[in-house]
Amino acid sequence: MGELFTVNMGPQHPSTHGVLYLELVMDGEIVLSCKPHLGYLHRSIEKIAENRTYTQFIPFTDRLDYLASMNNNLGYCLAVEKLLNIAVPPRAQYLRVIMAELNRVISHLVAIGTFAQDLGAYATPLFYAFRDREKIVELFDEICGGRLTYNYIRIGGLSGDVPAGTEQVIKDFIKYERKQLVEYNELLTYNVIFLARSKKIGILTQETAINYSVTGPMLRASGVKWDIRKEEPYLVYDKFDFDIPTGTAGDAWDRFKLKLDEIEQSLRIIEQAIGAIPEGNPVSKVNRVFRGSGETYMRTENPKGELGFYLVADGGLMPYRCKIRSPSFSNLGALPELVKGLNISDAVCVLGSLDIVMGEIDR
Amino acid sequence: MQNSEILTQIKNKFPDLFVEEQSNAVVIPKTALLGIVYFLKNEMGFTNCHCVTAVDRKDKMEVVYHLYSFSNHFMLTLKVMVTLDDLALESVTPLWRSADWLEREVFDLFGIKFLNHPDLRRIMNPDEWTDYPLRKDFKGRILFQDRRRKGLKDK
Repeated sequence: MGELFTVNMGPQHPSTHGVLYLELVMDGEIVLSCKPHLGYLHRSIEKIAENRTYTQFIPFTDRLDYLASMNNNLGYCLAVEKLLNIAVPPRAQYLRVIMAELNRVISHLVAIGTFAQDLGAYATPLFYAFRDREKIVELFDEICGGRLTYNYIRIGGLSGDVPAGTEQVIKDFIKYERKQLVEYNELLTYNVIFLARSKKIGILTQETAINYSVTGPMLRASGVKWDIRKEEPYLVYDKFDFDIPTGTAGDAWDRFKLKLDEIEQSLRIIEQAIGAIPEGNPVSKVNRVFRGSGETYMRTENPKGELGFYLVADGGLMPYRCKIRSPSFSNLGALPELVKGLNISDAVCVLGSLDIVMGEIDR
Repeated sequence: MQNSEILTQIKNKFPDLFVEEQSNAVVIPKTALLGIVYFLKNEMGFTNCHCVTAVDRKDKMEVVYHLYSFSNHFMLTLKVMVTLDDLALESVTPLWRSADWLEREVFDLFGIKFLNHPDLRRIMNPDEWTDYPLRKDFKGRILFQDRRRKGLKDK
């Protein structure tokens, strides 16, 4: 054993996906221990929630996982609706499913592109992914006027109906994206160099995954067939036919491949939902100001994992306490265990495969 | 196993806890925490500590655990009351690794100490800071609504 030394990876580093600081103790090329330091993006959103009315807080949820704002809006609105027993019009339910799944697709696309970039596939896969993502981002821009932070899903429904012609745009996108998935598989998934870099790296077993409360694609890549959309269906997910893809080895490659498989399943859900959207008004006529009492815990399947909102109300206009259980926070918790004993370049590979967003870790 | 069955089993084993009507949460005394969580993990199949958080009730603190059992498909809400003069309770990190960071977060934001925690440091705020921002008596910047309510003028 040579002399040990410390490598400070981050907070400003291209492959930490945000302002994450990892303190790595190294023996030559080998990582002996890893200590993540969080908090560079801490805005105390939970305190802000206690000083805003239920409706006012929706835009703040956009800033949690900013790659999947629709899903965050959805999770929060479902929690408030569960707390206050608010009914949602059927048209809004279908549109919500479509928006959430489209957002899942583009979130996974970013994950795929940046993961390939982390492995050294410079620029090309990232640009391919962002090219596809751009189509949906533009569609969202048409629908709600935002490219990254949407504030589209509101308590009791949506902020407005989708413009005419949206269905056709989405149908065209599904056809286009199916073709692209084949291309991603040819370009990356079964590429020899890509396999050599990501196979058998950062193996997460089922027991460890559950013990670390890892959720989402990371848990499924370890072979646990678990999806809240199937286990505790919310909205109208129980009406659609889709599979839960799972991995076998739980390594970085499985986590990558699973995202491609999930994109395909999301496209299937969107395809079924778009043919079944009922007529009606998706904007429900509920008040903008609510008084709630009691407490509730609602979790939804975000692209990164299970997003939970624990709301405590005391009868006031604002929530008494709003705890956000963010998926990336728990997923990142498993990192020190995963990178122990790896090369530093493989540690970057593992971190990329976790698919974290610092906005929801630091909150 | 039915949900009510699980609750009855836990109640039979530990008679000094009670179930909150409104939220279906199980409220347990602080001293019984470790005994109950060991029982829950090893005999009831609660292999997943989903979430740990706290609520400041002004006269006391409430630590809330969300435990999940994959085999029974059941989410159990566990509440422990902590008095203000003794803000400390046992850590559950030896059982569930996921509790490590979640407990550090509660310590950081509420100032509740977790005994026998392997690495109890602030997780988000600076180490040398002495305030606990999510406590109800912590007032940060005066917010716009407050200013308007009190008739204060904007600078």
